[in-house]
Amino acid sequence: MGGIIQRWLGVLLPLLLALAATMVVFGAFLAVQGVDPIQAYGIIWLGGFGTWFSWQDSLVRAAPLLLTGLCVALPAQMGLMIIGGEGAFVLGALGAVAAGLALASSGLPDVVVDIAMGIAGICAGGALIAFCGILRFKRGVNETISSLLLAYISIAFMNQIIAGPMRDPASLNRPATRTLPDNLMLGDIPGTTIHVGLIFGLVCCVAAYICVYFTKFGFAARVVGGNARAGRVVGLPVERMIVAFCFAAGGAAGLGGMVEVAAVQGAVSSDIATGAGYTGILVAFLARMNPLAIIPVAVLLGGLDAAGGLLQQRLNLPDATMLVFRGVLFVMLLASEAFQGRLTRYLVPRRRLAEVV
Amino acid sequence: MTGDALGWWGVPLAVGAGAIRVSTPFLFVSLGEVVTETAGRINLGLEGTLVMGAMSGYAISYYSGSPWLGVLAAGIVGSLLGALHAGICSLPKVNDIAVGIALLLFGTGLAFFLGTPFVAPQAPNLPSIPLGFWSHVPQIQAALKVNALFFIGVAAAPLLAWALRNTGTGLMIRMVGDNAEAARAMGYSPIQVRLWATTFGGFMAGVGGSFLSLYYPGSWSEGLSSGQGIIAVALVIFARWRPMYCLWASLLFGGAGALGPALQSVGVSQGYYIFNAAPYLLTLVIMIIACSPDRTLAGAPGELSITK
Repeated sequence: MGGIIQRWLGVLLPLLLALAATMVVFGAFLAVQGVDPIQAYGIIWLGGFGTWFSWQDSLVRAAPLLLTGLCVALPAQMGLMIIGGEGAFVLGALGAVAAGLALASSGLPDVVVDIAMGIAGICAGGALIAFCGILRFKRGVNETISSLLLAYISIAFMNQIIAGPMRDPASLNRPATRTLPDNLMLGDIPGTTIHVGLIFGLVCCVAAYICVYFTKFGFAARVVGGNARAGRVVGLPVERMIVAFCFAAGGAAGLGGMVEVAAVQGAVSSDIATGAGYTGILVAFLARMNPLAIIPVAVLLGGLDAAGGLLQQRLNLPDATMLVFRGVLFVMLLASEAFQGRLTRYLVPRRRLAEVV
Repeated sequence: MTGDALGWWGVPLAVGAGAIRVSTPFLFVSLGEVVTETAGRINLGLEGTLVMGAMSGYAISYYSGSPWLGVLAAGIVGSLLGALHAGICSLPKVNDIAVGIALLLFGTGLAFFLGTPFVAPQAPNLPSIPLGFWSHVPQIQAALKVNALFFIGVAAAPLLAWALRNTGTGLMIRMVGDNAEAARAMGYSPIQVRLWATTFGGFMAGVGGSFLSLYYPGSWSEGLSSGQGIIAVALVIFARWRPMYCLWASLLFGGAGALGPALQSVGVSQGYYIFNAAPYLLTLVIMIIACSPDRTLAGAPGELSITK
């Protein structure tokens, strides 16, 4: 029992310290701008989590982050650092729209078409990240850089496709694909304004958690992540596992892209590159690569995102205010990583520490 | 556009001019990052540093009336951000790539926030040197207007190559980057060397950013950078961590970036976006060809997390 408390304290204390440090630094920043920090924090809380309305907004914004967070956390189990989730997200959206538009007049039931769109999104995103994994073990190309490069290439590819072959002739100034018909759009969870994409995200996070921590396959992956050579020695199919994990990771981000286009935007334009892929990197890091911990982190960041509008409205602060807040928070949280599991050493007398360990 | 009067001859001219104009930020960011990476650390936050440099350079130029003071301010702000990156990374168990992305978001957010008042006013821009005075063709004159910062960057490349190869400081930076343990045994502090190397990288990225806001395109806006800071990190890999190769690669990437608009001006609009992505594609292809499962890229610093 004492051991569990010890462990949780060791994890949570640095997080709380980072949060406090962020409040102080950002508060000072606001004070310099002539804004009352206490009032601003009140508004951020209200805009993110104060009412049912703001909760719904926060959860909608959290939905893509759940999926792009997985795009980083899953390969990380095998020791791979993928930062190109944005590319998988964009390709997933493009694949989903292509499938949706192609099947829209096929007479198939809407649910079947939606599933086909989801599969297309997953395959498009999954193929991209799986390619990074293949490059890694076939050619020794670093997956961090290759995925980043491929993200930019994917965005250019998307722009090329929507300006050329898939362009809606009616979109004059801003190229975009044709819009999905209303009956193919994903609906809301009954009784809320939250689209069902949130459920996709939650299910994927829970499934990933179970797979990583409670299956033999997940255990094998963590063995490889700890020491790839040891994995090979005990006969694990390391290459195939890398491809599987990378495909699942890219598939999650691709599904996020499908949700973005099928629940929010309706068509693919250059707006589809929302930056969710990059925020997902930080989500995964803050969740310490634990798929289940991605859920609260994503909701927190979604809430911060949602609060921006209210802050702008009430205090007349620029849109970028929440970007600054988020930036300070990320920097502090990453720095707090250094104190993980170290602070309790000073709080608990050494003798007791020896007992609980 | 340039292509109108000269027809197809406008394309190589525009590409050449673009290579000179567009390459300058690449050149500065990549030269700084070469030093940072040679010391064994990667700073992905340079995109944020670049945008922050662009904003602060523009603001200082607007208030002081001197664009060169703006360049200096941009460099100082950049070095502060670089030092911040190095400071956080010197804590144990902190991942330099994640910190880079956090600082990327922080830098751009801060620049957008502080830069709101500077979107409308026009600040004095950096002067350019009209090297096209001998020609009567206005396109050639326009193409050969070259900014002084470009020449500073061109001069910095061989200087840096020489310094890394021949000076004691250069040797120390390379040793820290190749084997931190050995450097420590020799009595150097890797953390301190990396702090200075990252600060230098931040300074150069800040200056590169000021080129964007003070010369080309020459004003401050939120869409000013189109990922030059990130491309430059890829460019360093493309250039195999050699300052002189950074110069050629910057010119190549600048020219590739100018190819799309140049072709569009003569009526070829196909593949516009693909040409924009050409630098990324090139870098990826080079990495696929040059890497192999048993060894990493030749010339890569041994301590660098992305090539281990």
